[in-house]
Amino acid sequence: MDAAFDEMNGSGGGTRIPYARLEDWLAHMPRELRSLKQAEAEALFRRIGITFAVYGEGGDPDRLIPFDMFPRVFSGAEWARLDRGVRQRARALNAFLVDVYGRGEIIRAGRIPADIVCRNAAYEKAAVGFVPPRGVYSHIVGIDLVRTGPDEFFVLEDNCRTPSGVSYMLENREIMMRMFPALFRENRIQPVDSYAGLLRRTLASVAPLKCEGEPRIVILTPGPFNSAYYEHSFLADLMGLELVEGQDLFVDGEYVWERTTEGPKRVDVIYRRIDDAFLDPLCFRPDSTLGVPGLMDVYRSGGVSLCSAPGAGVADDKAVYTYVPEMIRFYLGEEPVLNNVPTWKCADASDLKYVLDNLADLVVKEVHGSGGYGMLVGPKASRAEVEAFRARLCADPANYIAQPTLALSTVPTFVDEGVAPRHVDLRPYCLVGERIELVPGALTRVALREGSLVVNSSQGGGVKDTWVLAE
Amino acid sequence: MLSRTADNLFWIARYMERADTAARLLDMGCRISLIPSAQGYRSEWDSVLQATGTGDLFRRKYGEPVQRNLESWLFFDRDNPSSVASCLTAARENGRIVRTALTAQVWDALNTAFQELRQLERAGPSRDPSELTDWAARQSAMVRGAIDATLLRDDGYNFLNIGYHLERADSTARLMDVKYYVLLPRLDFVGSGLDNYQWSALLRAMGAGRAFHWAYGGEVTAARIADFLILNRQNPRSLITCVAGIAGHLDLLARAYGRESAAQARAHDMRAALEAGTVARIFDEGLHEYLSRFIGEAAALGTLIHEIYLSGEMRGCG
Repeated sequence: MDAAFDEMNGSGGGTRIPYARLEDWLAHMPRELRSLKQAEAEALFRRIGITFAVYGEGGDPDRLIPFDMFPRVFSGAEWARLDRGVRQRARALNAFLVDVYGRGEIIRAGRIPADIVCRNAAYEKAAVGFVPPRGVYSHIVGIDLVRTGPDEFFVLEDNCRTPSGVSYMLENREIMMRMFPALFRENRIQPVDSYAGLLRRTLASVAPLKCEGEPRIVILTPGPFNSAYYEHSFLADLMGLELVEGQDLFVDGEYVWERTTEGPKRVDVIYRRIDDAFLDPLCFRPDSTLGVPGLMDVYRSGGVSLCSAPGAGVADDKAVYTYVPEMIRFYLGEEPVLNNVPTWKCADASDLKYVLDNLADLVVKEVHGSGGYGMLVGPKASRAEVEAFRARLCADPANYIAQPTLALSTVPTFVDEGVAPRHVDLRPYCLVGERIELVPGALTRVALREGSLVVNSSQGGGVKDTWVLAE
Repeated sequence: MLSRTADNLFWIARYMERADTAARLLDMGCRISLIPSAQGYRSEWDSVLQATGTGDLFRRKYGEPVQRNLESWLFFDRDNPSSVASCLTAARENGRIVRTALTAQVWDALNTAFQELRQLERAGPSRDPSELTDWAARQSAMVRGAIDATLLRDDGYNFLNIGYHLERADSTARLMDVKYYVLLPRLDFVGSGLDNYQWSALLRAMGAGRAFHWAYGGEVTAARIADFLILNRQNPRSLITCVAGIAGHLDLLARAYGRESAAQARAHDMRAALEAGTVARIFDEGLHEYLSRFIGEAAALGTLIHEIYLSGEMRGCG
């Protein structure tokens, strides 16, 4: 693997411009001050209550995601391109969803194989023939990006269902502003705090036709034991919306109602943070206690809007991912601003052969996997791990895709020995409703272990504040 | 407001008040056990267990009451649902669920209590019990203060206060009952020096020793204490103050919702009965009988409030 591109120091030509003012800041940060600030940040996070539970780990349910104080910086021009690319992708993904649950033109045109869509586990038969308000399936699109050079950005994956992490984007900024106000005076950093207002407006803009007047919007959470519960309550609080669980809602007649101390109140828009399978035990998993019986009937008859719409997951599947550039050309008639990572589909015999021949150099992922689980990072794996993975791959090739190991860019990060480069990725959150909105900011995840490429918070990743400078 | 949110707020208040009661009982038990009594200290600790309603659970775990076990039972033990630790944890867990209905300051107070509790647990039970009870009193004051100083006066505030008053009424009634019914070994102790010491310990446990003397002066008698704890409108822990508090907050809810409720009527009936009550009549009925009846009525009021506001079952007005 080639040496990674460092976003502050470039490839040796001196400090890159967006980071220029951080040099001084770093020079005036003695070790003691740094530990002091780090402790202060941690105390703030703990008091605010931002914690993160890791699935299947047991242990401390109040674990903090490590926060690295060294910010990541984009120039206005760099961001302008990302902004265009992310919006373009969000439009294409939604057009694709409307199409595959409607006339299926992209399939009939032979631009994407029918099997990949219709046999997909995330393809929701209950959504066929129904067009959600404004033709939006995915209202919050999280696009995971990586960078390998000054101008080289790649989309790693799309998240069309309920991407999480936006609370960190907002809280990281709050905490940085509190701890280093001088930095914000010296740098012209674009604010991100309009996000909550924009999200609320986005949700309100997709209220169902039957809704009269100001729509009543709620956030549906699986409950306090979910790892993202903090985020659910944080967003509810910022937007002034009620945070409900399935048991707080019921269906009566053509509508969904909320149980309140004043009697039932009609609900128009549900920003749900539970998976399709749990939404409605009458329609999906009968054993689900998280959802609301009868919800899908109300949804399909236009009595309530669900964000994201059931079935949106078919667009962020890793096998469908390879066709997103095609979607952009097909629906928008544009060339993709942001490229995909070259991807081999193991379902394809010639691709599979290439993957098996080069397994030690590739990253191999499960098609439906998430959270960095069930993947092989060839160059980082031992020979035994590679061979064990080879067996699993051969047993079910259609379940895997492979990508080259990218030299992910690095950003200086505070570590025990001082400051050192660590690999990062980027997740902006694009809002799609009546309008398409993107705040100038994103979540940067950082792999805190030296050399590691896995940024997932469940596997030792941390987060950074992400700045977009005003031009 | 979401019924479940109201329910959580109601229970945050009840758990905080219950933690406070557990700490007071621990203080009272320690205090009483310092003086010799007819049967040694055991009966006093028995009475404390009785007051928490956890005697059976305790015996299953520890057998006969020993002071050291009782200290950890009342303060740290998670097997005791009414221990300070259990209640603070439950209050904080409820708070976590309804974060959006709390201010940052209220959450901070709940969360700080929980985090410090974990430090105390790690340090082990080697501390002086009075240190623990002081700590617990401080925590409940912090939460209470944050609620009073920062929370919107909306329906959530009313449900919190209903929870506080209902739990406090229950605890005052139970503490008195324990003292009168269980604590006194024989009738001829009534009015003796031992009796008075125990009554004083009871007042102290309610943080009301000084207040009593200001209000009544002079001698501690059973009748005066009953008056103070049941009928005195100045005493923040008296039954009448608590019931009037519940009725007042139910009135505010009725005004906000534009609808009267059966719970409101019931609370006003209870208050009217207390206003018309006299110590002589209470003693005629028998203090224990009176208190048992009150505890039952308060529980029934709690059930009614649950049915009307907190269960979310009420239909017919959308």
